[in-house]
Amino acid sequence: MSVMTSSAGGGTEAPAKKRRITLPVVLLAIAGVFVLLSALRIITGVDELSSSGTLRATLVAAVPIGLAGLGGLWSERAGVVNIGLEGMMILGTFGAGYFGYFYGPWQGVLGAILLGAIGGLLHAVATVLFGVDHIVSGVAVNIIGLGAVQFLAALTFSGVPGGGATQSPGIDDLPAITIAAISDPLGDLEGKNWFVVSDVAALLRALVTDLSVLTLIALSLFVFTYWVLWRTSFGLRLRSCGESPAAAESLGINVIRYKLVAVIASGAFAGLAGGFLAMVASSSFRDGQTGGRGYIGLAAMIFGNWRPGGLLAGAGLFGYTDTLRLRGGGETIHGLLLLVAVLLVLVAIWQLRRGHRIAATVSGVLGVLIGVWFFLSESVPDDLTGMTPYVTTLLVLALASQRLRMPAADGKPYRKGSAG
Amino acid sequence: MSDARLKRVALAIGAPALALIIAFAITSLVLILAGDSVIGVWQQILSVPDVRGVTNILNAATVYYLSAVSVAIGFRMNLFNIGVDGQYRIASFVAAIVAGEAWLPGYLNTLLALVAAVLVGALWAGIAGLLRVTRGVSEVISTIMLNAIATAIVAYLLRKAAVDAEGSNITATKDIPEGSWIPGFSLGSDAPNDVYGFIVVAVVVGFVYWLVINRTRFGFDLRASGASESAAIASGIDVKRMVLVSMLLSGAVAGLVGMPILFGDAHNYGSTFQSGLGFAGIAIALLGRNHPVGIALGALLFAFLDEQANPLQILLDVSPDIVKITQGVIVLTVVIAYEVVRRYGVRLEQSLVASALADDDTDDKGAEVKV
Repeated sequence: MSVMTSSAGGGTEAPAKKRRITLPVVLLAIAGVFVLLSALRIITGVDELSSSGTLRATLVAAVPIGLAGLGGLWSERAGVVNIGLEGMMILGTFGAGYFGYFYGPWQGVLGAILLGAIGGLLHAVATVLFGVDHIVSGVAVNIIGLGAVQFLAALTFSGVPGGGATQSPGIDDLPAITIAAISDPLGDLEGKNWFVVSDVAALLRALVTDLSVLTLIALSLFVFTYWVLWRTSFGLRLRSCGESPAAAESLGINVIRYKLVAVIASGAFAGLAGGFLAMVASSSFRDGQTGGRGYIGLAAMIFGNWRPGGLLAGAGLFGYTDTLRLRGGGETIHGLLLLVAVLLVLVAIWQLRRGHRIAATVSGVLGVLIGVWFFLSESVPDDLTGMTPYVTTLLVLALASQRLRMPAADGKPYRKGSAG
Repeated sequence: MSDARLKRVALAIGAPALALIIAFAITSLVLILAGDSVIGVWQQILSVPDVRGVTNILNAATVYYLSAVSVAIGFRMNLFNIGVDGQYRIASFVAAIVAGEAWLPGYLNTLLALVAAVLVGALWAGIAGLLRVTRGVSEVISTIMLNAIATAIVAYLLRKAAVDAEGSNITATKDIPEGSWIPGFSLGSDAPNDVYGFIVVAVVVGFVYWLVINRTRFGFDLRASGASESAAIASGIDVKRMVLVSMLLSGAVAGLVGMPILFGDAHNYGSTFQSGLGFAGIAIALLGRNHPVGIALGALLFAFLDEQANPLQILLDVSPDIVKITQGVIVLTVVIAYEVVRRYGVRLEQSLVASALADDDTDDKGAEVKV
């Protein structure tokens, strides 16, 4: 164990003045976001920015991305890059459609997990046992997953009433929870449009109104993952396989087995993400339902610095911007422009104080341009609102990316007995 | 020794062959499980295509080839350009606008549009390259985001630039004047369709790719940076510059991907313009091991499978998507087969060296005894 800790210490030596992210910091950050959103809502007059409806939809949009990201987290923490999440998610959507329609909603959830895990198994066998390049295998899994699902869907759902070659008939809903005793008074409070208070009420209301059980399960999986990977010896060993498999092996850890388990679990998470799309975000399997969310989950994980908390924030950001576009359309996104402009100008000032002239100029000019756009227009064209989540992710990554550190042996092939 | 070399050549050819056989076996297994006619499917897929089919295969392979070369340029540098999709779509759109406006006569117009496509493709990929070298953003993520952004921008601009044909709801750019089309050629007098003339450009691109990567200082620097960044830095290569340049080059080739379709077939950019070519390119580049000839074979194989599977639905009521499973499995099995063969080759070499050493040993001992 002592070897492990010292090697981990060696890895994080470089940024000596690194600030630790503690619970108070996180809570302060969340509070800050709320004050900002609330101010923006009042300044721009766009109520959709923090209505409980928007926040509830955000949750539904963020969960599949977060689950896919969790899949990526498990796999990459064990040192296997998983670009095949998309394919495993697609398998999951079909699993949910098939088992959900023919057997029942809970069986659908299990089916989604099972099919995703099969995709994970494929990736695991190729990368861990045969030493195939992780990206190659991931791409292959994506192709196979898509092809297999299209083939199987045409086989099983053509001719089924309400179904077709590219979609399943409706699946029964999973139970959802509403606590009316809390929800209704919170609704009144939200309607008052008070600064910050109403926004917090909206958030709480979103959490107690029509909340699918699967959403709850998904959120608990974040806690579960954190606990397993960072608070158990199993997790320590698994992460050691991603940091330095040779050192792990020298301590008697069966690296191959840990990697296999991690990648199969990764597939199961991605499958569940697909299942969530088919069963909670909509109520049937459709071809093309994932829409690249597997890749976005991967982006959210990188954004979150390969940690569950950061990943959750990334998925939330993505889900939020995606929801805004769907609910308010151009006008809501227009309100968001002001926020982006102000933030960019703030970043510019900060960069200037640190002496980074070029970075400061770039973000300053961008900020001013977006500000001008905000004041000169009434709304963002509908076609362009579609790119909000992607631009946001890109901007955030561009501003924050240097501080990220991925597992040291991530993506490197490993062969048993290579320690030495 | 020559015996061992012969063995190695046999292994090198055997690997892809073995991979194909395994992929076909797995596909057959899926068909059996699905209860479809295995023999019927293979009879159709492995039948000899007619002239029309061959032309279609060549055309599809041309497009796949350009996409795969674009991806391969990135791979050589350890860069993963998933953004070919967005790059070629935004480039095709701009080229269609430029060519449709016809500011220049005849082929000058074509040339201008091609230059525009290359520049736009390079520019779009360059954003990812710039973010990577200045801000450390992984190109995997940024190119995925840029794909989605390109889709939105093109949809927006297409609506602005579209000319609505009478009684049609297909939005498309202005048609390119006929004098600027790139003529194709037919494979015989009775062929109903033409092979894209652009196939010549694709071959030239493949050759230039080979030349630059394998026969120039730049190509050496590129491969060195891809193989070992620290070694490249130690030998004085500006790795950041190489990342940016190879991303630009990859994007430039990606800009050409849509051109065979634009100038040989569609003649405008509409909402139905073929998408998803970038992802096929990744698989084909992997299949061809980033080698220009290997990529060509991979592109032909993928195009062949696509074309031959098309009639399956009508003939046998089997979904043509079955070949996607085959294609995906081929990518995996080829790589696994190469890896297995490589390990076997290493072992072969080691045992050869060991036995040669053992021989030397006994010789020495013999010599000692003699003395």
